[in-house]
Amino acid sequence: MILETQALTRTFGRLTAVNPMTISVARGEVFGLLGPNGAGKTTVIKMLITLLPPTSGRAQVAGFDIVHNAGNVRRSIGYVPQMISVDGSLTGYENLLIFAKLYDIPRSQRESRVREGLSLVGLADAARRLVHEYSGGMIRRLEIAQSTLHRPALLFLDEPTVGLDPIARDAVWKHIEHLRTEFGTTIFLTTHYMEEAERLCSRVAIMHHGKIVIDDSPERLKASMGAHETTLGDVFAHYAGDTLESGGSYRETSRGRRAARRLG
Amino acid sequence: MRLPEEDVRPDVLAEPTSIVRPNPFSMIVGFVNKTLAIAELEVRKLRHDFSELITRAIQPALWLLLFGGVFAKTRIIPTGGLPYLDFLAPGILGQSALFASIFYGVAIIWERDLGITNRFLVSPTPRSALVLGKALSAGVRSLSQVVIVYGLALLLGVRLRWNPLALVGVVAVIVIGAALFATFSLIIACLVKTRERFMGIGQLLTMPLFFASNALYPISLMPDWLRPISRINPLSYEVDALRALMLQNGASSFGLELDVAVLLAWTVLLVLIGARLYPRVVL
Repeated sequence: MILETQALTRTFGRLTAVNPMTISVARGEVFGLLGPNGAGKTTVIKMLITLLPPTSGRAQVAGFDIVHNAGNVRRSIGYVPQMISVDGSLTGYENLLIFAKLYDIPRSQRESRVREGLSLVGLADAARRLVHEYSGGMIRRLEIAQSTLHRPALLFLDEPTVGLDPIARDAVWKHIEHLRTEFGTTIFLTTHYMEEAERLCSRVAIMHHGKIVIDDSPERLKASMGAHETTLGDVFAHYAGDTLESGGSYRETSRGRRAARRLG
Repeated sequence: MRLPEEDVRPDVLAEPTSIVRPNPFSMIVGFVNKTLAIAELEVRKLRHDFSELITRAIQPALWLLLFGGVFAKTRIIPTGGLPYLDFLAPGILGQSALFASIFYGVAIIWERDLGITNRFLVSPTPRSALVLGKALSAGVRSLSQVVIVYGLALLLGVRLRWNPLALVGVVAVIVIGAALFATFSLIIACLVKTRERFMGIGQLLTMPLFFASNALYPISLMPDWLRPISRINPLSYEVDALRALMLQNGASSFGLELDVAVLLAWTVLLVLIGARLYPRVVL
């Protein structure tokens, strides 16, 4: 198992954002955490990537404890946040170069690794342009390249295609699939797009009000509903209710919109 | 497209490129390299757009020409034998580097709102290297102030010292001073977290720091209650060191060694506090 949690919990004051959660993800899986806005998905990711200490419970990522061995967790993972994570006032090449340095990629390999990363996501020609001239899809691809420069065993993607048009979304999906087939990278993603989960994930967990309500392969989840022509959306509606709107604060919403505007 | 488990060839499974060995030497080298990488990032940004450096020339020009011009005529400020403009020039250099750095926190809040900060905090970079790298970049930015104030001072007939060692000293003092105030600004940004609150507090702090220092007048002229404050104010030590290094007839009243020691001590203390607080900016 590349990721395991034992009763991982997070509360904010009196609000329980994540109820005791026990999940595990095997190497090479594409694990999708699905849920409406405000279900606690981002809080789970933030704990797993060492940004937010858990209130109680434990988790191991790539074999390292997220609290006591955070440095090694950070070395083993890649992370593409929902919001922007590359700097618009630098070129694509410079963005990757700085991260190559922060991830201790040896000087002799730095240049070739950055070039390779850029061409993998189809940005070799745009390498010398400032990122604020990039389109939303190009920015997302650059972020994926930036997060995989150090060849992480596990890549976290938080709502990877929010605010992207269908063509850009498709390109991002292809790159995610490529990472899995070519490098065997394990992928942990959150989404509220059922289509995305259906296309990418080998396993999904549906999260609602801070709890995992069901966790299985998309095929088995659909089969469990009994009816013909069941979609993952039907499964989702069955477990999380038919409303996608449950919470999300003013701050989250305004940040999400801003990210969507920048990306779109 | 979904692949069954057995299709994943174990030989291509990604492994982390390096696992840290707790060796003190490599830890120090890593710390220095990463601090420089963060500073490099900021300097590269500046290379793409240096318009902000030009607009920063205006304020010191106004202080030296208007304020300095008027007070040079009154001769009411005891400057220890220096012409008032000579006395003022190092003060304005220290002040303009302070003003350029004290709003650095706005950039920290901006990066946090965009999501860039999260990305840095998830990388294997020591928090203190993130904070010190940003502080150093603020230091590099304020070097433009040295060029501007030296140019203005030359025009106004201030008798400057052109000894290369003294110039290196001025550069070092400005970099340390700017790093210090930028880190102070980062700490405030981490505490208040929104731009509106930050701007309010930034305005509130700048003027007291400036007026409770020896930048415009010597400490001996201050009322008794203000003197102890100006003696802990790092800007006083920065300006004191600059007076000794910049001017032909300049002298330090605290001693250059003490000036530099106080500035370094403040910087180390603030970087340590900043490194504790910086991860909390994203919560």
